[in-house]
Amino acid sequence: MSSVLIPLLLTLKVAVCATLIAGVLGIGAGYWLARTRMPGRDTADALLILPLVLPPTVLGYYLLVAFGRSSAFGAWLEGTLGIHLVFTWEGAALAAAIVAFPLVFKASRAAFEAVDPTLEQAGRSLGYNGWTVFSRVTLPLAWRGVIAGAMLAFARAMGEFGATLMVAGNIPGRTQTVSIAIYEAVNAGDDTLAGALVVIVSLVCVSLLIAANLFARRGHMRIAPV
Amino acid sequence: MHIDVHIEKQVRAARRRFDLSVQFSADTTRLALYGPSGAGKTLTLQMLAGLVRPAKGRIVVDGKTWFDSNRGIDVPPRDRRVGYVFQDYALFPHWTVAQNVSGAFARGWPRPLSASQARRVERVLLSFDLSDIRDSYPSQLSGGQRQRTAVARALVGRPRVLLLDEPFAALDGMLKNRLRAELLAIQAHYEIPMILITHDPDDLAACADVVVSLDGGRVIDVAIGNRPAPQSSAPFAPPAANSLVAHDAMQT
Repeated sequence: MSSVLIPLLLTLKVAVCATLIAGVLGIGAGYWLARTRMPGRDTADALLILPLVLPPTVLGYYLLVAFGRSSAFGAWLEGTLGIHLVFTWEGAALAAAIVAFPLVFKASRAAFEAVDPTLEQAGRSLGYNGWTVFSRVTLPLAWRGVIAGAMLAFARAMGEFGATLMVAGNIPGRTQTVSIAIYEAVNAGDDTLAGALVVIVSLVCVSLLIAANLFARRGHMRIAPV
Repeated sequence: MHIDVHIEKQVRAARRRFDLSVQFSADTTRLALYGPSGAGKTLTLQMLAGLVRPAKGRIVVDGKTWFDSNRGIDVPPRDRRVGYVFQDYALFPHWTVAQNVSGAFARGWPRPLSASQARRVERVLLSFDLSDIRDSYPSQLSGGQRQRTAVARALVGRPRVLLLDEPFAALDGMLKNRLRAELLAIQAHYEIPMILITHDPDDLAACADVVVSLDGGRVIDVAIGNRPAPQSSAPFAPPAANSLVAHDAMQT
């Protein structure tokens, strides 16, 4: 039982943290790109989508190079802040967050672009500052799309394999997430464990997908400008 | 209300440019900005409200400087205290009529209105005949109800001046006449100066003492008193293709 529960709880922890990180960054970047008219925003968009396109192992390799002990940044993180990212669950969460980020970003950008900018002007004409306009007008009108993106990001983070393995490795009980545990169970010929984990992950991902679709569809009706 | 405006702004969209340079002074409670679409009316009104920042110039209303590029003054919208009625009303679709009307008081994170603010909202809902539909959402309202909600929302915070962007453009003839009369009654009742955008000569006769005519981003005439509109009484001819593009540029 614990061979199912331990990787599952670890995976949930990693996926929740990854979704929070990707959510905050993705909402910020999505709003910024939905409203900015700066030249080069197409390039910025392409760069932010990159984690979706790159093979996870390539991404994991970049992360190792960037955050490993041999890089100046990695050494600073470890020496000054005491943050270890290589071979830790925090590293797994970071890797999953970066892989999941484009999903929140894309969905948020589309949702924010569907909000009529005149409504934001209306908020400002009522005396709202930028944060109040965002929190009371823009985000409530876009939140269904944002939540749908966050759900996809959560599912993606749960299933993360390549980048997580590169950064955090495969330490049972510490960094062995469900997808990695499945791979190892199959390699070891433990079909019962592999089967149990596969069914659980499939159920979680399918329910999330259905929920995300329901949210997005209802959201479309609500965010239509009046 | 004494208003003194001298503002410039360039708007770029794709490879087109729209240059606006507007200058006028007036002493009136009912001013209209009149001109074809693409003349720069909405952009001028947005700059008066502080929603768009002019490239340079000066806006002085009743002796208070709202904007002065030379002195680095740019008073934010909340301190200009203007009530703005948008062309398509821009009611918040996720709020009820009552919530929309309370909008000017709900500036921070959700918090209850003070007793006097709540009384003010109730009075305004009542006087705008919105009490029965206070819990309806904007998508459930008729055109006239939407307009009343928008004007109520703009007036509830006791603004110094009411700005209206084509308030009757979306309405058909009968309704237009009725709402025009309603608006004038409200304006007289609240004794609030108003600046109104229109391309309809009928609005000028009914609603304006001073008419500032705009075309191509320039003031072409300032008419005082109820004399006929400068460009004959017929509506404007269809605008030239490039001014349409300029108009689109301003809307984006």
